[in-house]
Amino acid sequence: MDFQPSDDQRLLIESVERMLADNYSFAQRKTYIAEPAGHSEAMWSRFAEQGLLGLPFAEEYGGYGGGAQEVMLVMQAFGRALVVEPFLATVVLAGTAIRTAGSAEQKQALLTAIAEGSLKMAFAHGERQARYDLTDVVTVAKKNAGGWVLDGSKTVVQHGEAADKLIVSARTSGERHDSDGITLFIVDANAQGVARRGYATRDETRGADISLSNVQVSEADVLGTVGGGLATVQAVVDAGIAATSGEMVGAMEAMNAMTLEYSKTRVQFGAPIGTYQVVQHRMSDMFMTQEQGRSMAMLATMMIDEEDPARRAYNMAMAKVGVGQAGRYVAQSAVQMHGGIGMTEEYAVGHYFRRAMVIERLFGDPAYYLQRLAETVV
Amino acid sequence: MDLRFTPEEVAFREEVRAFIRDNLPADIRDWMKLGHAPRKEDIVRWQRILNAKGWAGLSWPKEWGGTGWTAIQKMIFLEENQVAPAPELSSFNITMIGPVLIQFGTEAQKKRFLPRAANIDDWWCQGFSEPGAGSDLASLKTAAKREGDFYIVNGQKIWTSTAHMADWCFVLVRTDPNARKRQEGISFILVDMKTPGITVRPIISIDGSHHLNEVFFDDVKVPVENLVHQENKGWDVAKFLLGNERTGIARLGKSRERVNASIDMARQVNANGRPLIADPAFRQRVAQLNVDMKALEITQYRVVSAYDQAGGSGKPDPLSSVLKVKGTELLQATTELAIDVAGPMATPIWAQELEALNEPDDLLEASSASVGSYLFLRAASIYGGTNEIQKNILTKAVLGL
Repeated sequence: MDFQPSDDQRLLIESVERMLADNYSFAQRKTYIAEPAGHSEAMWSRFAEQGLLGLPFAEEYGGYGGGAQEVMLVMQAFGRALVVEPFLATVVLAGTAIRTAGSAEQKQALLTAIAEGSLKMAFAHGERQARYDLTDVVTVAKKNAGGWVLDGSKTVVQHGEAADKLIVSARTSGERHDSDGITLFIVDANAQGVARRGYATRDETRGADISLSNVQVSEADVLGTVGGGLATVQAVVDAGIAATSGEMVGAMEAMNAMTLEYSKTRVQFGAPIGTYQVVQHRMSDMFMTQEQGRSMAMLATMMIDEEDPARRAYNMAMAKVGVGQAGRYVAQSAVQMHGGIGMTEEYAVGHYFRRAMVIERLFGDPAYYLQRLAETVV
Repeated sequence: MDLRFTPEEVAFREEVRAFIRDNLPADIRDWMKLGHAPRKEDIVRWQRILNAKGWAGLSWPKEWGGTGWTAIQKMIFLEENQVAPAPELSSFNITMIGPVLIQFGTEAQKKRFLPRAANIDDWWCQGFSEPGAGSDLASLKTAAKREGDFYIVNGQKIWTSTAHMADWCFVLVRTDPNARKRQEGISFILVDMKTPGITVRPIISIDGSHHLNEVFFDDVKVPVENLVHQENKGWDVAKFLLGNERTGIARLGKSRERVNASIDMARQVNANGRPLIADPAFRQRVAQLNVDMKALEITQYRVVSAYDQAGGSGKPDPLSSVLKVKGTELLQATTELAIDVAGPMATPIWAQELEALNEPDDLLEASSASVGSYLFLRAASIYGGTNEIQKNILTKAVLGL
């Protein structure tokens, strides 16, 4: 075991941190959110220049050749800076789907375009009735002469509005909760029959509801095997859990640093509040919780390459619970320690709080996974 | 970063597990499985088996009969040993006085005491705390006055675990009452418990057990050759010892063992007309403990692998305070789980009833014993620097306040 980043990983973190320090202050971030896309096109190009948009892709696709560890480290830095660009949606989620299930041609075309910054994608799997159940898919795809016709609707698709292409799951056989019969399709976001309604989410990124009516796709747009899409969905979700666990650690680090700083400057009853033991112990608790969360983010990262599916699912669930609970505790404490100012929109801590709240329920919340874990107790 | 165990570490775990399975006396294992604390003879018997194998000197260098293991290997051993469940190595002998003598002892002290400590030919105890010096150790008052070739020791120690069984005690004494700072003027001496003038008085714990004692020193003569390190430099020794004490303090294997025992019990007791193990609330509680244990396990490996990478000589990692706090909270939570499974059967003290039974009743015995560790381990968040003190340490070391 070795928990220290390698020299290459250290260089990567440093370069990302430098870039964010120069370009991603809280004030700058506000201007990015105000752009029409809800994020900065200039930053997206900069990510591409720095090789981040191909971070987990092989070099033959213009990628950096990194793995889950590199994604975790970059997501941690993104978490500290509250990055709003669709890195998770495009590179991690769609990227994982394509890497896992894509044909040679699909990988060549899509991964290369993502890496160079010319293609944004979104992963459109969740449906309104499904909550966190990955098999609950009622969007259907029916075979016809031209390939497949898609009908249905998807909800809270992260960055669905900004995407050029979508990865859409649909049922090609079986019943609503069946594991088999789910197929993934690559759908042009502007294809006839695709309607997107974008909205702000609580963390100041963008989500979209997407309806598909009579959307024609070709046979070449099938991603992976027909009916065997669930394994890919699971791989995408696992990658998402690992990446957002890293992001949560970054957010916790930022909240703890802000709280510590605030405790040194905020004077009450004639002394900085950081001199009071009750505040010190709360901040010690926040630190301990952050470190336990970091351990769990490492677990999730480690499990990306785990081949035994049961072991992988079990540990991913544990990581999701641990990281989610840790993030919630640190976020609530950070606002509490700040007092009134922590409640204000102008101050950053509340923005971290909201992102932590969103991360907690991406791909399933702690209560959901705790229930899954409870089923395995023997 | 490589977050997996190496093949060597995996093989090592197998080796440890197999050795414990094949060599741990069944009567000790069965006794502990029921939730009882090991008896003195159990601890001695098992440590001698381990010592014969060369596994007693856990953190000692090979030249003194130690294992020479990496910190990760040590952690693996501790986990496997606790989860077996087997008696833990005497911490006084193995993680306290052993490393202290190896670091600070004279050649003669090492030769005289180390082999006997490894084999528990001497049972050691720790004379640190005093009525007026608990978490604030430096305010200790027990005095040692040099007279010729002896120190004359007068004073009182308290919370001295297993002093009533001990052959020797390492004691912090004040040798210079006029020192500029309280920490200067303290010395670390080794005291034979058979020396005239020592009185040991039991303190009965809330679980009814006799583990703790008061130790009174009344003109106790200690040869100056039993001074460790230099006179008035005992605080350095104490700090070294307390730093060592913290590395294994998460006791994760013990927590796992308690959860396993609770699950065993939950299979046998009924709640609402079905086995408790089928109750979703119970299962969720176990699941939450599993999550917390996993997080602590990884945090622990982060600490020990950093220690190995620093060549085993790194500064005390502030994360070890996280291990102490989270580890003891978890340990306490697992004992709570056990008494909640025991339910109403946790309340009676069954000692005589159990003895009168012709056939052993494991469930009854485990239910009754579960309360013992629940009560006894309330001390876990108090000893080794209370959890509040750990947060003070974190405040300084991590927050810089």
